[in-house]
Amino acid sequence: MASYDLAVKTEGLTRIFRLRKREARDGAREILALDRVTLEVQRGELFGLLGPNGAGKTTLIKILATLLLPTSGRAYVAGIDVVENPVEVRRHINMVVGGETSGYGLLTVEENLWMFAQFYGIPSREARRRILELLALVGMADRAKTKVYHLSSGMRQKMNIVRGFLTNPEILFLDEPTLGLDVQTARTIREFVRRWLEEHPDRTILLTTHYMHEADELCDRVAIIDRGRILACAAPWELKTALRQEAVFRLRVEGIADAKAALDGMPEIRALAQHAEDGQLLLDLVLASEEALVSVLARLSASGARLAELRKEEPTLEDVFLALVGRKLTEDQDEHS
Amino acid sequence: MMRRLREAWQGIKVGTWLGWQIESNWTEPFLFAIYAVIKPVAGVLILVVMYLVVAKDGLANPLFPHVFLGTTFYLYVVNVLSGVSWTVVDDREHYGMLKYVYLAPMHFYGYLLGRGMAKTLLATLSVLVTLLFGVVGLGVRLSLDDPKLLVGALLLGLASLAFYGILLAGVSLLIARHGWVVGDVVAGGLYLLCGTAFPLSLLPWPLRALGLGLPPTHWLEALRRALLGSGLHSELSRLTSAQLLLILVATTALGGALSVGIVGVAERIAVRRGLLDMQTMY
Repeated sequence: MASYDLAVKTEGLTRIFRLRKREARDGAREILALDRVTLEVQRGELFGLLGPNGAGKTTLIKILATLLLPTSGRAYVAGIDVVENPVEVRRHINMVVGGETSGYGLLTVEENLWMFAQFYGIPSREARRRILELLALVGMADRAKTKVYHLSSGMRQKMNIVRGFLTNPEILFLDEPTLGLDVQTARTIREFVRRWLEEHPDRTILLTTHYMHEADELCDRVAIIDRGRILACAAPWELKTALRQEAVFRLRVEGIADAKAALDGMPEIRALAQHAEDGQLLLDLVLASEEALVSVLARLSASGARLAELRKEEPTLEDVFLALVGRKLTEDQDEHS
Repeated sequence: MMRRLREAWQGIKVGTWLGWQIESNWTEPFLFAIYAVIKPVAGVLILVVMYLVVAKDGLANPLFPHVFLGTTFYLYVVNVLSGVSWTVVDDREHYGMLKYVYLAPMHFYGYLLGRGMAKTLLATLSVLVTLLFGVVGLGVRLSLDDPKLLVGALLLGLASLAFYGILLAGVSLLIARHGWVVGDVVAGGLYLLCGTAFPLSLLPWPLRALGLGLPPTHWLEALRRALLGSGLHSELSRLTSAQLLLILVATTALGGALSVGIVGVAERIAVRRGLLDMQTMY
């Protein structure tokens, strides 16, 4: 194995997608997908990229996996420049993209996986041993001889996860690996990922997700990314601790349609998100201190709002995102859905 | 260098295996065997009916064996040339696997060559069935007077078709789902321009000149000479069989060089523009 300390390193990585005239959005012919991203992922780390849809997570992974060139900046995987020597990079990596139903439908699960093992030069007998072992770990041992077109989308996704781990890569890119899966399947995959890293402590995983609990549960460190920019990068507990000096409250109020307007201009409010539910307004508030709550409640009351519920919360990564970006991570998904 | 060669061999080997599985694994072996016989025979029967309607003397017309042979070996053109280019579109848009294939540490060109090999194997099955039907059912008389010419022309022609198919696969990397049209248009154009089913002298001179510059024209002519003892095109009658083979060597080498160059350039453009996992969704 090559010697390197940093599994992934990027320096000012930027990617601009140029659009054709007919594809222009609001007159703009360019999309800035990554904006001077500088990042270091240690070898042996499970590193998370947390951000909403369209934040640039997949673009970053595609560049690191040599599927896309950056517009400017540098990226190194296993100490190798992804632009200068993509062929060598590919010998160290593998990638799984979630939310897909990819796979050669006419082949069985075992044949699909065996074929990929052959692409990586794994001896046939060893490949079959690994396939059966990994399929058992994700609860698909009885599906080895099933043709892929008979599988549900969740099972296909589990098969793809196995494909990624089958080659025992030094660095594995998991792009939204649990996207669109039911709760049980997602949990199985998270457990599998965690167990694999425990058994292979020298391996590195770079995982993208927009599920904060997934990042919180799995990742050694997390980078929060939005609109192509890395806004923070630390261990989940560090990010949350930083927020502990502030105060996080969840309020349910009635009799008001727009709390943001009512609370506008209050400097003690670090971040505020609101959404309507059952005729009430749910507010997520990050305040500079607990004492600030009194003036917030007074302002709401003056605007005609009645307090239905008030809870002080331990900060989550969602609150970290809210404090950094000014909107909730799930807001984009809400808009999309 | 040795490592790269090993990776190229892996690509060819597994690409061939995958291609064969995709072509043959969609039904039971018995049904596939029936399909493999009926499909080419049905194709040639269409030609026979058309020929009986149009040509004087029907199947006794001396041109018929040449037309039959041209049409039979044209099966390779359809399968290999358009088949390989279709591979890229199919892997990317239908199976969603092109990006995973591409980032595996094997030679992408070798993988395409392997997929071409599978197409060639399938086409060989069809060609053999058709030839057998021609000899037994239609009374076409084949000779094997010049086996060296047959083997030489066949191998060079197949290599050439695979190279040009890979070249088109490179082009398909850069275009969307309707990329399959590329292979079909080229294969259709070659049917017309290469004198597959009629003498080139029937074409207007610009098209005739174009046809004479195309490798499959010389390939089919060499195969006719090897299996029937004479060619179809008066324009090529002055060339000896050795000269025909020499032309095939040159065009095959050119196809090989062009395919390596064009696939390399197409790969770079596809990576720059992010096209390797493009899903056009229409």
